Amino acid sequence: MRPQRLVQGNEACAHAALYAGCNFYAGYPITPSSEVMEILAQEMPRRGRVFIQMEDEIASISAIIGAAWGGARVLTATSGPGFSLMQEGLGYAAITETPCVIVNCQRWGPSTGQPTKGAQGDVLQAIWGTHGDHPVIVLTASAVRDVFDMTVRAFNLAEEYRVPVVLLMDEMVAHMRENIDWPEPGEIPVFERRKPADPATFKPFGGDEFVPFGTGARFHVTGLAHGPEGFAVADENAARELKRMVGKIRDNVLKLTMVDRYRLDDATIALVAYGITSRPAQSAVDLLRDQGIKAGLLSLKTLWPFPDDAVREVARRVETIVVPELNLGQLVREIERSAAGMCGVIHVGRVDGHLLTPTQIAQGALQQEAVRA
Amino acid sequence: MKDPIQVRFSGAGGQGLITAGIILAEAAMLEGRNVVQTQTYGPEARLGSSRAEVIISSGQIAYPEVTSPDVQVCMSPEAARKYAPKTAPGSLVVLDSTCVRDEITTTGRVARLPITQAAVDLGNKVVANAVALGVVNALAGIVSHESLVKAVVARVPRKYAELNERALTVGAELATSAAESAGAQAASS
Repeated sequence: MRPQRLVQGNEACAHAALYAGCNFYAGYPITPSSEVMEILAQEMPRRGRVFIQMEDEIASISAIIGAAWGGARVLTATSGPGFSLMQEGLGYAAITETPCVIVNCQRWGPSTGQPTKGAQGDVLQAIWGTHGDHPVIVLTASAVRDVFDMTVRAFNLAEEYRVPVVLLMDEMVAHMRENIDWPEPGEIPVFERRKPADPATFKPFGGDEFVPFGTGARFHVTGLAHGPEGFAVADENAARELKRMVGKIRDNVLKLTMVDRYRLDDATIALVAYGITSRPAQSAVDLLRDQGIKAGLLSLKTLWPFPDDAVREVARRVETIVVPELNLGQLVREIERSAAGMCGVIHVGRVDGHLLTPTQIAQGALQQEAVRA
Repeated sequence: MKDPIQVRFSGAGGQGLITAGIILAEAAMLEGRNVVQTQTYGPEARLGSSRAEVIISSGQIAYPEVTSPDVQVCMSPEAARKYAPKTAPGSLVVLDSTCVRDEITTTGRVARLPITQAAVDLGNKVVANAVALGVVNALAGIVSHESLVKAVVARVPRKYAELNERALTVGAELATSAAESAGAQAASS
């Protein structure tokens, strides 16, 4: 085993951002995400990179979008109330196809809610929070090393697809400490931004290259519906651009799908979980197996674009899917849609600010067994 | 030592319980084991309830929180009332007798020790967490004393390293004297 380090989730996120080449952070501190900002406040200036504490979260997301167009690789981290404020900026990042990473350490909401208590209540907001159809990628993490890897992935995907990428963490994974292998430079691939061969003829929208202001290309960036040069369009041209933007994520769902499978091969009950809830779900699988019940776990790391095929493949083979979430029923709706009646889908929710236990999840599954028997 | 072993520190915010959890986790990590450290606390910067948990295992740890503590320390009356009764028979319950004065009914093996007082005697109440760590580790034998010292030195400000190291030793001695007096009582009864 390599030398280990005891690392907190937020600490892994901050260092993974540095690893991925993040050179501009703007944010406003908020529990339970503040350690990301605190660490970067120390580490960024030390490396000659830019760190700014902004006056609020609207300013924070605006600053990172501007910095991205200035050529930087950018990050902001927040939690529920701040994420709500960022929705307008998120839409602007989507329509301007700005590569940026937004970390949301979810806490109990709505509103101020319970700042120090975890939840998974922002899932649908992360996907649909800003108005209009729009491209966005939403990722999660369930362990500290996972936070490191997914943060680097978030930067890579933001650059590759020119979209805002939301990394949905939660208070538990943000504050949890685990021993991890600290990745060496070069161990995790870092995607380099695609640059146009000739900036003079560069069209900023419609291709996958990206060129910042001040490097010789002339163009316009606006939140209005726009064509390849960045100037306003309407009617069928607006429709074409919107379809292209949404399509670059939707059409690449298979490439973007990241899942983990645990004891699924012969399963008749599948738990489908994501983020921190994957941890008790994995233990619940073992509990159920000890009782002779063939349970397995599909753990989703990509939440959007929704990994339909991975869920369908499981739904086809099992009798029941159990969805544990720290909310009153959010991603379960997508899972039901994917399963399309091929199997039963039941939800096990918990919203008291504490993590579901393996026993609670196993009991949810067992009740379903009892109903069938 | 039990493997995996589940450890819980409970008390009030400001007592350094989360730091205690981090240090224990780090010490176990230094000995090549897998660890998860989690915490629960309220919105207050001080006081309010606080809880730190550590799971140590030679295998993979899926569920990151303590389901049934093998070892726990309670450092406030509220924490003792909330956590000490709910414990597996035979598990170790350490009560800081400086803070916890009520009778507590529990199926665990109880050790009442003046942890905070020992820290005060050392000259600084803030090292009560290190005393507690010394106590727990001596009673439960989770890691070597040397690993604990190494982890403390790595995690606390340098000017407090020596004080913390002494607090660990005082905690271990407190535990040993308690074990001896328990032995003497058993022999005389």
